[in-house]
Amino acid sequence: MMHTPLLEITNVSKGFGLPGSRSEVLRDINLTIEEGEFVAIVGYSGAGKTTLISMIAGLLKPDHGTVKLRGEIITEPGPERGVVFQNYSLLPWLTVAENVQLAVDQVFPNWSAEKRREQVAKYLAMVNLTAATAKLPRELSGGMRQRVSVARALAMEPKILLLDEPLGALDALTRATLQDEIVRIWEQERRTVVLITNDVDEGILTADRIIPLSAGPGATLGPSVTVDIARPRNRKELNHDVGFKRVRKQVLDYLLGPGGRQKTIVNRKLTLPDLLPEDLDAPRTLFGAKRIPRRRSEEKLETVEIG
Amino acid sequence: MNEIIALPSSKVRRNYLELSQLNKTYQSPKGPAVIVNDFNLNIAEGEFVTLIGHSGCGKSTVLSMVAGLNDVTSGGMVLAGKEVTGPGPDRGVVFQSPSLLPWFTALENVMLGVNQVFYTAAKSERLQIAEYYLSVVGLADAMHKRPAELSQGMRQRVGIARAFALSPKMLLLDEPFGMLDSLTRFELQAVLLDLWRRQRITALMVTHDVDEALYLSDRIVCMTDGPEAEVGDIVEVPFDRPRDRVAVMEHPEYYKLRARLIEFLEVHAHHKKRLNFPKPADVKTAAA
Repeated sequence: MMHTPLLEITNVSKGFGLPGSRSEVLRDINLTIEEGEFVAIVGYSGAGKTTLISMIAGLLKPDHGTVKLRGEIITEPGPERGVVFQNYSLLPWLTVAENVQLAVDQVFPNWSAEKRREQVAKYLAMVNLTAATAKLPRELSGGMRQRVSVARALAMEPKILLLDEPLGALDALTRATLQDEIVRIWEQERRTVVLITNDVDEGILTADRIIPLSAGPGATLGPSVTVDIARPRNRKELNHDVGFKRVRKQVLDYLLGPGGRQKTIVNRKLTLPDLLPEDLDAPRTLFGAKRIPRRRSEEKLETVEIG
Repeated sequence: MNEIIALPSSKVRRNYLELSQLNKTYQSPKGPAVIVNDFNLNIAEGEFVTLIGHSGCGKSTVLSMVAGLNDVTSGGMVLAGKEVTGPGPDRGVVFQSPSLLPWFTALENVMLGVNQVFYTAAKSERLQIAEYYLSVVGLADAMHKRPAELSQGMRQRVGIARAFALSPKMLLLDEPFGMLDSLTRFELQAVLLDLWRRQRITALMVTHDVDEALYLSDRIVCMTDGPEAEVGDIVEVPFDRPRDRVAVMEHPEYYKLRARLIEFLEVHAHHKKRLNFPKPADVKTAAA
């Protein structure tokens, strides 16, 4: 019997725009993800990371190639793929609990009301939000809103959790806290996770495998790098880890090197006049005459030895 | 006898920028709030110094006081032998958001300052200055675009060009890449360093990005947490210049210094916001 991976992306390309002014965003994307894996895709903003995750989520269709979940081609969004967006996407008029309840009610209509409420409570507890269930999104900080969004995605019990730069809008400290929580939750449930990020360190801290995405247009996935660093991983201790340095170098070398970013180099003849800045507090005329520009060449300091 | 005719090293002023006993106190309804207390720092000519610390530790307050944008409660600042009392074109500032005038093109935004500082020069020369800096930061083909047509990273490139184009005595960078994604940030750090290598303008930068501080600076000043922030630890950065990112990251000291800075930041993390860092047990064993 042939082994079917959980997620299989084969020769996928995607572009936008009309023929003639069309720009290709993604080109020849091939990716296989096994059940229970934590994969991070690291790339520049604007490279097409969100386009890629939208195709996995079923929000967009590829122009060429196929995206398969357990061997079946994805054609539309479904609850077996939970998505967490950077901008949280919570309904502002619903409380924290109601936002999560909405998803649970949709996905598990056959459950008893009691069981569905328990499901909501369980996942809000998992993201440490039990104290805030009755609050509205606007009463929460960015970090807390993102927790709600994570709880909502998890409560649907998806086969695969898609995180689209979930921590991009948060400050460094909150980001660190949530990174640790994402890993803790993943270790509890061992769901398959695809994390999209522009932060190499975030990928190394959380994932089993990092795949760099080159800059667009026509972005494509680079060589997959396995993160063989024992868990739990500690931000500070990683600096002494040989594996950390190696993975970090491999991913950064690809992304910052010629493979990651196509650069056009042009030669231009430029002139930089050797002018010195003027003192704007000094009078603009000198004995009634206009000042002439001061030049560096007039101010050369030389030390000459005599004798 | 062979006599060397050169700029003697004594010409490099050791105390190009002197900050002594800087204090910033705000009056609040609950009494005076001391943000920065007894802050002392000397920067040599041509040195690149970074202030590192958490958001709210007062590092930006120090920088804006040097920029002359924020009054000093007590203490003094001397730049190149002249007391700093207000903002001026001898200090080029790069802000976190590029703060460009939206109705001007990139070139016009740069020309605004250039026209002031080089008012004695011919228009053609002033244009050359602006075009030179915009080209060097990688905007040779985009200088006639308005900010709205530029990406966040490109706008920040304009901000960098604008600061350098004034030939300031000092460059002040307030989390210049804080709004960019981490990969674009790496790119722009290289742009900044390339420009800085040509001019060696004395620079003071504020950041909380450890990699950024190590890649760019000669000296890193760690600030303790506010209120009443002061200098906690000073790290000398030993990497040779001109620097190349790959070489810097492979330097045997790199990850040691990185760990030291991260540790400093963790210890001085806001105690109000309790962090869930994996705690003591495994840290101790690994450190032993």
